[in-house]
This record gives sequence, C-alpha cells and structure tokens, in this order.
Amino acid sequence: MEFLSYLINGVSLGSIYAIIALGYTMVYGIAKMLNFAHGDVIMVGGYVSFYATSFAAANLLGDEPSAGATLAATLLSVLLAMVVCTALGIIIEGLAYRPLRQAGNLAVLITAIGVSYFLQNAAQLLFGAAPKNFTPVVSGQLTLFSGQLRISYVALLTVVVCIVIMVGLTLFTGKNKMGKAMRACSEDQGAAQLMGINVNATISMTFAIGSALAAVAGVLLCSYSPVLQPTTGSMPGIKAFTAAVFGGIGSIPGAFLGGLLLGIIEAMAQAYISTQLSNTVLFAVLIVVLLVKPSGLLGKYAPEKV
Amino acid sequence: MKKFLCILMALALTVGCFAGCGGGTTETEAPATDTPATEAPATEAPSTEAPATEAPAGESSGTFTIGMIGPLTGGAAIYGTAVANAAQIAVDEINALGGPVQFELLTQDDTNDPETAVNAYNNLMDQGMQILLGTVTTQPALAVVPYAYDERVFTLTPSGSGDDVIEGNDNVFQVCFTDSNQGTRSAQYINENFPDAQIAIIYKNDDQYSQGIRDNFVAEAESRSMSIVYEGTFQEATQTDFNNQLTAAQSAGADMIFLPIYYTPASVILTQANAMGYTPTFFGVDGMDGILTVEGFDTSLAEGVYLLTPFSADAEDEATQAFVTEYQDRFGEVPNQFAADAYDGIYIIYEAIQAAGITADMSNEEICDALIAAMGNLSIVGLTSAGSEMTWDENGAVSKDPAAVVIENGTYVTP
Repeated sequence: MEFLSYLINGVSLGSIYAIIALGYTMVYGIAKMLNFAHGDVIMVGGYVSFYATSFAAANLLGDEPSAGATLAATLLSVLLAMVVCTALGIIIEGLAYRPLRQAGNLAVLITAIGVSYFLQNAAQLLFGAAPKNFTPVVSGQLTLFSGQLRISYVALLTVVVCIVIMVGLTLFTGKNKMGKAMRACSEDQGAAQLMGINVNATISMTFAIGSALAAVAGVLLCSYSPVLQPTTGSMPGIKAFTAAVFGGIGSIPGAFLGGLLLGIIEAMAQAYISTQLSNTVLFAVLIVVLLVKPSGLLGKYAPEKV
Repeated sequence: MKKFLCILMALALTVGCFAGCGGGTTETEAPATDTPATEAPATEAPSTEAPATEAPAGESSGTFTIGMIGPLTGGAAIYGTAVANAAQIAVDEINALGGPVQFELLTQDDTNDPETAVNAYNNLMDQGMQILLGTVTTQPALAVVPYAYDERVFTLTPSGSGDDVIEGNDNVFQVCFTDSNQGTRSAQYINENFPDAQIAIIYKNDDQYSQGIRDNFVAEAESRSMSIVYEGTFQEATQTDFNNQLTAAQSAGADMIFLPIYYTPASVILTQANAMGYTPTFFGVDGMDGILTVEGFDTSLAEGVYLLTPFSADAEDEATQAFVTEYQDRFGEVPNQFAADAYDGIYIIYEAIQAAGITADMSNEEICDALIAAMGNLSIVGLTSAGSEMTWDENGAVSKDPAAVVIENGTYVTP
C-alpha cells in the first residue's frame, strides 16, 4: 500500500515535470534554443492565478460561495493565467529572442538566462519576496481499500491534464496545418521558408503554446506543493529540462516519458533510499542513460552529413 | 528604432537586477558627523586613565549607534521586519525619556543569507556601529559572529537561537533560549502531555537551527525512551514538496509530527497533510511563529498546532499590553515573539549601558568589555520572561524557560 502511495506521488509529480518538459522540448525542437526562462513563466502563471482567485474570493464571490461559482472562478483564473502567459511568451520571443535569430547559440542561451533573472526580479518587485500559500484548485481525496490508500484529487487531476495535453499536442503536430509547419521548421528552417512557411510566425506560435502549457503547469505545480515565491519555477524548470533531455530533447512523447520517469525515480529514491540523496540518485540515472543512449530515451540519432 | 529598443531592453534588465536588491538599507541616513568615531583616534583617549571596570563611578552618556541585521526580505522576512519594528519602538521610547543615554538605530537586510549578512555587518561598521543587535536568524549569525568577536563589537542576538552562536566567544549574548533548550523542552513537554505519542520528525538537515533542535530532541527522547517512528529530512532545494515524507510518517503510524523548522515549509506540510487526509498533532518550536501570517494560507489548518514561545500577545500585564498596542498602532499587526525579543533586547542593552557606566565616545573594545562585565550581574524582567528575571551565564545564554502554546481560533492559547 505504501508503495502504491509513493508511486502515485511520483506519477503526479512526474506529470507536472512532463507538462513543463513539453514546453522545453517544443521550443528546442523548433527554434533550436534552450528557453531557460520557461520555469519563470510557470511562476508568473502561478501568481496570476493566485491573485485572480484571491480577487474573486474577496470581491465577486459571497461569504459562502456555491461549489459551482468557486469552480467557475478557478477555471477563469486558470484561463486568465494562460492568456497572460501566452502574451508573455510571445513578447519574450519577439523582444529578446527574435533579434538574435541569426546570432550564435551561446548568445541566445545567455539572453534566456537574462530573461529568467529579469522575470524573477520583476516578480519580487511586483509581488514581494514573502512566500504565498496557494490554495489548491481542487481539494479532498479519494479513499480506497477502506482508508488504506488515499489519493488526493490534485494528483488525479494532474495526471489527467497531462495525458490530455500530451494527446492534444501529438494530434496537433501530426494533423493540423500549423503543426505540420512546426515540424517542417524543426527539420530545416531554410527549406521551410522556401516552401512558403512563415518561420517567425511559426516560432511565435510555438512560444505561445509552450507558455500556455507553462501556465497550466504553474497552477498544477502550486496546487501540488502550495508555496508560491519568485523562485518557485526555477527548480522544477531545471528538473523538467532534465526530463526533456532524459526522454530525448525535441521529442514530444519523450518529454512525457522522461517527466514521468523522473517523478517516479525521485519519489522512490526519497522513500526507499534517502530524502537527502534523491536528487543525486536522479542525476546518476540520467548520466547512465545518456552514456548508453546519448540522444535520450526516445530521441532520434541524426548523423550530420558532411 | 532597433537600437532604441535594444537600449530600452538593456535598461529594463538593469532595473530588474536592482529590483532584487531593493530594500537593502532601510535607514541609510547616518551622517558621519554625528556618529562617534569608531576608529578611536589616538588624540582623544581619556579612557586609558579610567578603565571601564570602574563602572559605578562614571555616568553613562552619549548617543550610541546600534546596528540591526536581519532578513527584511525573503522567506524569513517576517522575523527581520518584526525585530526592526520592535527595536525602533524601544529606541524611540528610550530617546523620548530624554536621559543622557540616547540611541541611533541602523538596520540592514541579510535575506537570511550568511554572505549577505557579512556584507551588511561591514556596511554597518562603516557607518559607525558600536553595538550589534543581531543577527535575527542562526545561520547568518554564525557567519557574522567571528567578525564581531575579532573587532570587539558587543553583540546581542534577539532570536539567533543556535548553541554555536554564543559558543567560544565572550561578546555574544542571547535574548531567546538556545536550540538545545528548545529541543529538550519540546521532548519533555510531549512526554509529559502525550505519553503514548508515536512521533515523526521532519527537519531541514542543511540548516543548523533545525538540525540542532532535532539532535537535542532526539537525545532527550531517547533518555525518556519515547517512541520515534520516523525521521524525514529536506533541504533548501526540496522544501516545497513533503508528500513522500508525510506518506512515510503516516505509514509508520505517527500520530504526532515534530517540526523544528520555519513556518514557510511548515505551511506546506500542513496543507499537504490536509490534502492527503492525514491529521496528526503538529508540534513546532519558535520557528513556527508566523504560520498564521502566511498570505493565502488557510489558517484553519493550523488549529490545534502546538508551538514553543516565550511571548504571548494575549498576556494581560501592563508592559505587554502597552507594547502590543503601540506595535499595532504603528505597523497594523499583532507583534510576534521575535518582536518581543527585540524590544527586550534594546532594553537589555540600555540597562547594561547604565550599569557599565560608559560613554558613547569610547572605543568599541572598551564598550564591549564594559558591557560583558555588566551582563554578568544584570537581571531584567522583560516581555519574554513571563514575570521572572532574565539572567545570563558567562557563555551568553539566557535563563528562561520556553513554554508551549496551542493555536485555537487563530490565536495562541496556553493549554
């Protein structure tokens, strides 16, 4: 029974990593850049949702709001967070990354780190440094086996949302015209442009989708571990980046698999090895996997023809 | 146009960077002219003829510069701001008396980070600090204390409760009780009031404060053969998720969780335990103080949580009530024990200065030695001593007992 509890903890944490990793992997796959500011977009999503919910609770809902009204307010706050993050993603891409499209990889990487710090410090200025306690979007738990196993609804919701997003993205890139344009850009930007695809618009679209996912991830992350501060996104961001590499960066199913495995390994290491060594175990596994399969679990090995 | 945009972005980034450092110095006005020269020029050294030990002869006078270092921003900000606010109240009260001894208070932010704390200390020294009220938290204190010892700055920490803070130096004193005291007392209290408790401990093992209390708790618990069924740890990088520790504690059958940690991770533990449907009794120490003020935290989850504190804002004595009213008027919130410790701290310094018979133009070393001598004979009734007298041993530890309170209806109640 304990084992099942740990497994569920791991899967739900892993699902959050997976959603964040999807954002990393899409941007990398299409724009060939590591967007280190992705973790901080998550944090912004968390804050927007937090303030929207607090505002609704203080001004719009009565003293004893009905369940339906609370749900509507929560959904609206998530939607608002997605809109704000999408706009933020497009603005970041347009202002910080687009002018560097022809510059070297390192310049873009350093710009991304700069944007990450900018977002963190701006959040500290705007929202203050004191941590805020995020009220989970759903409360309560499912009790199974006469109370021996309890699963919080947050954990269930996280897993469901993650699967929906993963399936949605796979369909989108496979069937939709915009999705096909993304895959074309990912294979060869120059050739895609010659075929009449608007590369800049496609990359903006990628950032928009990635940032909207970040907003969802932010709300789920803060529901799962309810502390919200300007640095909330950085550690999960790094873990999710690891997950993306683990699964094969650029691959959508890879990010999903990598995120899930990462969460499960972390939970199991905490439970059965040591709470202290969990990160060490995690990265040790990563190193071993990369030694055996340098392109990650589901990554494609693409030899460069000279 | 493009160039203009570049410049704009560069500016925005720069401003962003500075934003992070904002709130560092809250009181920078300290004109060099009215702070006594700490470098003690050789020309004016009357003290050579009148050593500080001849205390009763001299009348204390002058404006003393007191430096305060604590976290005014970051995860422990509530402690630093409480100390800064309460110290200011005490300083204003003393200055309003119009006696020969006057104080000037300078505050610096250390964000609960040792390196920043040392910078803050050096900054205060440059501004002419003579006496240090700080640091507020243990970790930065351990970094600052060696400097204060070398440069002979009399140091009184309102709430740096680590045993190591006062160990191996003669110039550092505490207003709060030490970690060993807290750990031992918690174990005693649990043993006396919950004799059958199955205890789990969740502590932060990269933090001296948490580790120190846990070690003493476990030692006392073992000598009383109490039942500790689970011990879980976490670190700075992992203090946002406790689902696995809580699952382990629950399956080990723990019905009491001892949390020698600060209130921010504690609020996460309470929320996650609630989401899991796990309802043990939580027992915190002084770091739990502040749990009711976390923004967005559902305070009903803290009902029934025990914590150790020497100060209760509900106490009915006149001094406490006057202080609480003044604090509420000025800052709009109920003061916590850190505020009370700081208020007591300023008065302890005041009394010690009176007893030592020192003047503000003495060198830091003379002031320090005279105050150390005076502390040994001092006995003070303060807000945090529950009517008894506080005295100090030569190590710098205070004699007073922590008492347990329980949170009921959003306030601290003596069980």
